[in-house]
Amino acid sequence: MEAFHKTPRQSLQPGHGAKPDFRPCFENEQAMNGSEPMGVAAGVIIVGAGQAGLSAAMELRKRGFADPITLIGDEAHPPYQRPPLSKSYLSGETPRDRLWLKPDAFYQSADITLQLGRRVVALDRAGSSVVLDDGGRLQFDHLILAAGGSARRPPLPGADQPSIPVLRTMEDADQLAARLQGAESLIILGAGYIGLEVAASARKRGLSVTVLEASERPLARTASTVLSSWFGGLHRGRGVDLRVNTPAVRIIVEKSASGVELADGEIVTADRVMLATGLKPNTELAEAAGLACDDGVLVDAQARTEDERIFAVGDLSRLPLKRYGRRVRLESVQNAIDQARVAAAAICGAPVEYDPVPWFWSDQYEIKLQIAGLTHGATQIVRRGDPEMGRFALFHLAEDGRLLACEAIDSAPEYMAAQRMIAKGVKPDAERLRDPAVAMRDFLS
Amino acid sequence: MAKITYIEHDGTAHEVDVPDGLTVMEGAIRNMVPGIDADCGGACACATCHVYVDPAWSSKTGERSSMEDSMLDFASEVEDTSRLSCQIRVTADLDGLIVRMPEQQG
Repeated sequence: MEAFHKTPRQSLQPGHGAKPDFRPCFENEQAMNGSEPMGVAAGVIIVGAGQAGLSAAMELRKRGFADPITLIGDEAHPPYQRPPLSKSYLSGETPRDRLWLKPDAFYQSADITLQLGRRVVALDRAGSSVVLDDGGRLQFDHLILAAGGSARRPPLPGADQPSIPVLRTMEDADQLAARLQGAESLIILGAGYIGLEVAASARKRGLSVTVLEASERPLARTASTVLSSWFGGLHRGRGVDLRVNTPAVRIIVEKSASGVELADGEIVTADRVMLATGLKPNTELAEAAGLACDDGVLVDAQARTEDERIFAVGDLSRLPLKRYGRRVRLESVQNAIDQARVAAAAICGAPVEYDPVPWFWSDQYEIKLQIAGLTHGATQIVRRGDPEMGRFALFHLAEDGRLLACEAIDSAPEYMAAQRMIAKGVKPDAERLRDPAVAMRDFLS
Repeated sequence: MAKITYIEHDGTAHEVDVPDGLTVMEGAIRNMVPGIDADCGGACACATCHVYVDPAWSSKTGERSSMEDSMLDFASEVEDTSRLSCQIRVTADLDGLIVRMPEQQG
């Protein structure tokens, strides 16, 4: 079994660069000699028509998978990019027609059946089928769960009102943008990436913005404390009223104004309130079918659930990361694409072990944050560059000196080198790493 | 509108019309030209839309930005003519542009 790293990407693409062809990629005797065994193959059903679902479908075809592929999505749209929703789409710079991941003609040419605006309501493992919300039933040989997650609404009075926007889908973004029209002030509940990206977009539109975060720092779940503190400073410097350790107890919506009641009784008011309090993985289908879940559908390094015919990829999957010795759920484009390809490889009978260097980015104001790796388990942080200048990288090293992660603010060389250093298990010298005069390339030779 | 020719690593050429305002990367995605992954969708965050600009066109496609330059510095098979195609905006001036794709992205 080959190991799968982010680079080189080609390791997963035997037919790289080729048009989809429909020859079987694996030595399946029945397929090769043309004798039909019994009946027609049911093929692969993919539940979820986002980046992960599309990636799985594409990889199957790229590998010559010849049986039917059906991509089922509960949104009305074909697969589109989500990252711009909180950034350039919300601010109006990127129109809708630039979000589609593939042109409509692609699906026909690759023989991928789209079922849009359809929800899968049940998974019948014994019957190897899924049941749709219109009562239809579709058989599968393999099933890929790629339904992502839903914006979490916190269990607070008032938070379940549909007029309080969240941000996960294109419709959410449209609703939020419409509600921001004519508004002068916005309260955002939650200082994760979505909350902060919306804060930046709203500031660009001239709104006054308050961000309320229950925990002690912004980006608490994913960023190091140093990075959190820098982002806090960035947003405050741009006029955002960012309050940490500030749990909300109630959302108030009245005709002309909205507000949030805080634990100490204070009521913060604004024209609009939005929720950016995280993602809830859509595990209901898997759970109801008896598949093991724990804040995500549990899978192995081939993206396979405990049912060997069923895979779970993308935001809803909890996967083992050997490199970091832990199980994680990764909400990122990188994981959506790469883990889905691993599932496709396994379905084609050419399993690879998924051992990625996770990567991630965020754009806020004119700043680009890029993160390679995971900071968990790091015992030392080495800083390179000057946070005051808005250009620096934080390198997170393990006790044995291995580089585990790099958080880079407008520092692409550091980020790109770190991706490769982490993949190779490089143990950089901390003093040299700290010295901007030492080229990043030197750590890779 | 510009006619752009994308040449895959194996020599297969795709000649397509790309509207002004899109990027060279988007022109490839919309026309199903293989060999450009564009994982990040054009945010200059992933270096998987690497192309070689035909030398005759390098003055018209402009200079790499410093961010793009850094991203390319660590991509594979980089040459002087390498660009990230998400960072080249299409205008009528690019009518006839020829770009080639590397053997692999990333």
